Amino acid sequence: MKKLLNKKNIISIVSAALIYILITYLVSSGILSRHYQSLLVPIGVNIILAVSLNLTVGFLGELTLGHAGFMSVGAYAGCLFTVYANLPVYIEFPIALMIGGLVAAIFGVIIGVPALRLKGDYLAIVTLAFGEIIRSVVTNLEITGGAGGLKGIEKTSNYTIVFVIALITIVMISNLVHSRHGRAICSIRDNIIASESVGINIVYHKLLAFVIAAFFAGVAGVLYGHNLGILKPSTFDFNKSIEILVIVVLGGMGNILGSIISATIITLLPEVLRGLSDYRMLIYAVVLIAMMILNTSPKFAEFKENIASKLKGKRSKGKGDGNVTIRG
Amino acid sequence: MGFIQQLINGLELGNIYALMALGYTMVYGIAKMLNFAHGDIIMVGAYTLSLVMTNVGMPPIIAILASVVVCSILGVVIEKIAYKPLRNASPLTVLITAIGVSYFLQSVALLIFGSNKRKVESAITMQGISIGSLELTGVSVVTLGVTLIIMIGLTLFIKKTKLGKAMLAVSEDKGAAQLMGINVNQTISITFAIGSALAAIAGVLFVSSYGFVGPYTGALPGIKAFVAAVLGGIGSIPGAMLGGILLGIIESLSKAYISTNLADAIVFGVLIIVLLVKPSGLLGKVRMDKV
Amino acid sequence: MSLLEVNNLTIIFGGLRAVDGFNLKIEKGQLYGLIGPNGAGKTTVFNMLTGVYKPTSGKITLDGEDITGKSTIEINRKGIARTFQNIRLFHNMTVLDNVKVGLNNQKKYSVGEGLFRLPRYFKEEKEMDEKALALLSVFDLDQEKDFLASNLPYGKQRKLEIARALATNPKLLLLDEPAAGMNPNETAELMETIHFVRDRFGMTILLIEHDMKLVGGICEEVTVLNFGKELAHGETSKVLNNPEVIKAYLGE
Repeated sequence: MKKLLNKKNIISIVSAALIYILITYLVSSGILSRHYQSLLVPIGVNIILAVSLNLTVGFLGELTLGHAGFMSVGAYAGCLFTVYANLPVYIEFPIALMIGGLVAAIFGVIIGVPALRLKGDYLAIVTLAFGEIIRSVVTNLEITGGAGGLKGIEKTSNYTIVFVIALITIVMISNLVHSRHGRAICSIRDNIIASESVGINIVYHKLLAFVIAAFFAGVAGVLYGHNLGILKPSTFDFNKSIEILVIVVLGGMGNILGSIISATIITLLPEVLRGLSDYRMLIYAVVLIAMMILNTSPKFAEFKENIASKLKGKRSKGKGDGNVTIRG
Repeated sequence: MGFIQQLINGLELGNIYALMALGYTMVYGIAKMLNFAHGDIIMVGAYTLSLVMTNVGMPPIIAILASVVVCSILGVVIEKIAYKPLRNASPLTVLITAIGVSYFLQSVALLIFGSNKRKVESAITMQGISIGSLELTGVSVVTLGVTLIIMIGLTLFIKKTKLGKAMLAVSEDKGAAQLMGINVNQTISITFAIGSALAAIAGVLFVSSYGFVGPYTGALPGIKAFVAAVLGGIGSIPGAMLGGILLGIIESLSKAYISTNLADAIVFGVLIIVLLVKPSGLLGKVRMDKV
Repeated sequence: MSLLEVNNLTIIFGGLRAVDGFNLKIEKGQLYGLIGPNGAGKTTVFNMLTGVYKPTSGKITLDGEDITGKSTIEINRKGIARTFQNIRLFHNMTVLDNVKVGLNNQKKYSVGEGLFRLPRYFKEEKEMDEKALALLSVFDLDQEKDFLASNLPYGKQRKLEIARALATNPKLLLLDEPAAGMNPNETAELMETIHFVRDRFGMTILLIEHDMKLVGGICEEVTVLNFGKELAHGETSKVLNNPEVIKAYLGE
């Protein structure tokens, strides 16, 4: 137990508890309007999606454009289960979450085994293609309710459940990253040839990252479905995958805390800037381009390092979990 | 409709894909990047055509020229602003930027023109041809001709001209090309200009046969054109032509005999199978990584 | 029995015989040099030994076991580790983590044990930390263990690459131009380190090098490669004075 209670973990646990207490206070006191309360679940769902996508994009260094596809598969699997199984909620819902995650993970294996032989642009396009295929098939199936959507899903998701699941996701992904398997995944990102030369099984570790990311995307889908009460195939299109990608990129690739903060901002943004809602897509586009150019620019890297060393004082040089600068 | 007519429909569609794929393959082959925004440049070309013809009231030929000029300039500007700073960045960075550019063009079009599709008069006034019970529209005859001319023209341009050879050199090795006195930045700019000009022509022909343009008009055809380019072997000019036509035929036959809704899924399925079985495409070359 | 035996190794790239009928015998504990002019095929030999390229014909035997044509990963597990001519570190990872990636295959805890932080995770992670730190201190890198690998100075990056290779617990260590880009002081220090690695770990080392001072100073035997074929082999001082070898290096 001593190892679990180091300084860093205690800070994390305390801050998670404080955030939860703060949310509960804001909700129960009525400071948070109903409208903003309704955004708490979507924020949590986006955090799960972003943290899991960060595993493939940020830590493994492979761009996948089909995250919404995994979310959709998980959502339909989990929601169909609760629609058809008539069990008490406290039994039904955890099972639905597991089913959603597992079905998405199975799709992760089915898609990952062939697709991960490809790299870079081809992998991105193939995952995009798979996402679109899933969407077409879901639209044409009867059991999923087709284009009209799957209706009558119980609205079980509330902010407490989503908070707990998001927390579990964050802990799991961060545990993975700090284990030997996570180091192997990061080594593939940094230099695949060197990684092979020290005996890392590339295919296995790529698939591992891909499947775990798919699992959590599926879980997020189940939460999403049980929040809205209806699932439509058009929700899980290419644009949803891009939105999650924008969150990951804005928060910093390979930065879990960044993903959490950025998921919160991006989910609130259209609501806070009501008048700017027409400009949402434009803002996403500019964010993507600007972040990529800035992260590549050596001057900006220097600037960031200066800020970081000022903030951190003594432990300046190159330490920490900061953003990944990916080089060619 | 008979099978032969379906094949002809597929050929019409396939020619447009081929034309788009030519631009894709050229930029990918030389600048070594997936220009995700290629489809959206097609959309800009289509809007330009419509504006110049309908709002300014110019004859089609002027409108076509205008859209070629606008798209070429746009291509070069995009390259200068968004892609050039990333010359030495990882493929992941470049790809995310290209997606950003695609999104940017779509959202700007959405802000200017709104989400409603705009009706476009055909820029091609040629009469259709009918042979027996089979019909070929004027647009598809023109498209076939234009695609063939461009394919042959591009091949000759790259093989015979100094600039074309410079492009080949840049595609092989940017550093070495620079040392040989080739202006790499200028060569890549010209590549983007030509690629975007091709996108403009594709846009003109696409709306001429489709009749409408909206902010997302280019997105799906753009991705399909990439599929066509990959199918034929990315970087290969005849490959783009072959891939485009095959893709058009597959799509049109799927729509006729399997399901309209699943046609896109089938097209993407074909891409996945091709990439897994023959990642270099039908006419592509195999490359080896150097350690 | 020799630790490494290479018989008649040949690779053809589209008609070019990049390496042609290459033979090599290295005894356990030996420090062996592979030299030759640029483009002679030295790195290609390394790439075949480590499974990056599949030889067209010939046989590679490590410690009595045929490893010809096996994958890079399998060959590393059988006991060959290497460094690269152009340094290949995991540049966004810390110095310590670079070495821990090398230790990866010696530990057994599963993904689940890592995800849920079960006891074996803590036990094995602690062992890895200790072993990695011990290795880093050999190379005088323990002070920089929390630096990102990309922030190390050049000479230390080369050392870290050797430490990472050693972490995989190899029988044979291949060094591809370890002194490239180093000044004479750094080279001298590197020679000491290589010697030390051999003595301390009883390691067998095969190295490619252009710096004749380094080769003459530490290699007991060398093989000279020219245009993909062996030009000479034997005791270092004799080979380096062989007129054929001098001609190959300096031209006519």
